Amino acid sequence: MAENIIEINDLTIRFNLASEKIDNIKEYFIKLLKRELMFQEFLAIKDFSLNIKRGEAWALVGVNGSGKSTLLKAISGIMKPYKGNIKVHGTIAPMIELGAGFDANLTARENIYLNGLILGHSKKFMEEHFDKIVEFAEIEKFLDSPIKNFSSGMKARLGFSVATMVNPDILICDEVLSVGDAKFRKKCEARMKEMLSSGTTLIFVSHNINQVKELCDHAAWIEKGCLVQAGEVNEVCDAYTESLNI
Amino acid sequence: MNIWKLRIDTFFHYTDLIKELVSRDLKLKYRRSFLGYLWSILNPLLIMIIMTMVFSRMFNRNIENYAVYLIIGRTLFDFMTNSTSQAMVSIRTNYALIKKVYIPKYVFPLAKVTSGMVDCVFSLGALLIVMIFTRTPLSPYFLLFPFVILQVYIFSCGLGFFLAQGVVFFRDLQYIYKAVTTAWMYLTPIFYPVEQLPEQLQWLVIHVNPLYAYIAQFRTLVLDRTFPEPWLVVAGCVWAVAMMLFGMITFKRSQDKFILYI
Repeated sequence: MAENIIEINDLTIRFNLASEKIDNIKEYFIKLLKRELMFQEFLAIKDFSLNIKRGEAWALVGVNGSGKSTLLKAISGIMKPYKGNIKVHGTIAPMIELGAGFDANLTARENIYLNGLILGHSKKFMEEHFDKIVEFAEIEKFLDSPIKNFSSGMKARLGFSVATMVNPDILICDEVLSVGDAKFRKKCEARMKEMLSSGTTLIFVSHNINQVKELCDHAAWIEKGCLVQAGEVNEVCDAYTESLNI
Repeated sequence: MNIWKLRIDTFFHYTDLIKELVSRDLKLKYRRSFLGYLWSILNPLLIMIIMTMVFSRMFNRNIENYAVYLIIGRTLFDFMTNSTSQAMVSIRTNYALIKKVYIPKYVFPLAKVTSGMVDCVFSLGALLIVMIFTRTPLSPYFLLFPFVILQVYIFSCGLGFFLAQGVVFFRDLQYIYKAVTTAWMYLTPIFYPVEQLPEQLQWLVIHVNPLYAYIAQFRTLVLDRTFPEPWLVVAGCVWAVAMMLFGMITFKRSQDKFILYI
């Protein structure tokens, strides 16, 4: 029996809706005093528990706004639990948005280094893997152009290759494969399968059920921040698609 | 004990990132400008010339080498205000990143103050040029300048941390700070001698304004060519450490809530 790599116990995540609807000065001061001026509480994840074992590939499915991305952020350590806890045993490569750390004015070469360092690699490590990244992203010709001149597909390619150049223990992937052409999508899927077979744990968010069924072996269905069903991928996905057809 | 070891390890783990952020700032600052880094020297030089022309007649009886006197004050003061103002907005401008990748958040203000310091060291080139033109003799005491810069650096980091976390919850701070720095500039003897102030205000500026301690130390090193008075050094260091602690504590206390407000 493989050990748990991610343990989520009774997780509740608070989210700030930052509603800016204030009708009069009196209300303004009341909210100011109650410290609610910029804060409107919203529980994006409620009492959520899930254990993920090493080497599994999990998909998170659910309608927009159900809390999938928030859950990924909590696992990556970006958002702290309001209640409950998350234990993660291993390194995480987050792909919540490809190329989140790109600076539009820097060249692709400079961005590769910057983005790699943001993901927590050392400069030396980046120098060793630089060629591999460029090769995978297929951007040799544009290495010294500022990234603001890149197309969104090119940026996504570059972001994907920086994020997946290591074999992390956990790969987190949030709908990042929807951009890019079919050829690159195939290439990414192949790379992800390769990582899976080498023992990486995958957490995958996508609205493309076929892609989910192809890549993942488990799925969790989330609705309004609560876990509806978790288990084998076909079972959960079928139940989920059925609920959408009503 | 263990948590401190972890924190220090994390810090060293991210030093590469801090270096890269600093070099990004410096690269982008003058990218596509014709004279590039030379502006770091030319800009303070031009401003110094203008201010010397305007002010030297007002105060020239009290200050023998007005040009050097002025440029030292301006260089240190600009370092402090520019780096803290940049650090203040650094959490907000990097919100896209903070929302998507886990990074210790203090790297952003820290990198901004560090690039401010590098810029300040570049602009000391302007000071050297002015010293050569005004035939100010160079002395070994000049070599002690990194010690003064370090004090300003630590002070600015602390202030930067405090402002960066404050502005996340209270945006108005940006505009308030602008007014504060203007007042601060006039209350710092940059282009006038401190003796010019009324007596009570003079006492306050000397004892309560940390920038006075730093600028006075630097001026003693360059213009009087001797060691600064010990109490000035002590005051400067105490201010720097106290501000650093204050900044770190306030930053640490609120950093987990950043994500909810940016």
